[in-house]
Amino acid sequence: MAPSKNKKIKLYTLSTCSHCLKTKKFFNDAGIEVDITDVDLLTGAERERIMDEVRKLNPDCTFPTICIDDKVVVGFNEERIRKALGE
Amino acid sequence: MTAEELYPILSRFAESQGIRLNKDREFVLDILRGLLTNELRYGYRSCPCRLAWGTKDKDKDIVCPCVYRDPDIKEYGSCYCELYVSPEWNEGKIEHRQVPERRPKEKRKM
Repeated sequence: MAPSKNKKIKLYTLSTCSHCLKTKKFFNDAGIEVDITDVDLLTGAERERIMDEVRKLNPDCTFPTICIDDKVVVGFNEERIRKALGE
Repeated sequence: MTAEELYPILSRFAESQGIRLNKDREFVLDILRGLLTNELRYGYRSCPCRLAWGTKDKDKDIVCPCVYRDPDIKEYGSCYCELYVSPEWNEGKIEHRQVPERRPKEKRKM
């Protein structure tokens, strides 16, 4: 897991979503630091700003949207996440 | 109501329709907690895996069970959230794959 720790990882999630929970748990269990934004908990201009970020990464605007450096994984797909982590 | 209390109700509901809840009980309880959070937040059980508009008129298609559940189960064996599944999905007789979002883009909160 060592190389993963140097990557910039952002998770765009919903606080209510079980696939998002699985994703958070995956990174937590792996000891990989991530920046998590629960979009459903945001309001107003802050939500708009974050949704602009999500839209650029994943035009479908579905959750979780996972950004690992310049790679984007949509949905909790462990195999794709591991690949993006370079494992 | 708690997720644990809702579980047997929805389990019976699913079976009455010839489908099932996902056999992963802990995963289902997470979904049910999300559903109940949305019920408190919006006044209706909006899909916990989708960003809601927060008004029932705009979210009526994603009030659980959503209108996409049955076509998704027919095509993939599970709904978008993997809450409701076919018996075959639970038995591992069909591949478990990520269900693509069927909700039309123009209806989504983007």
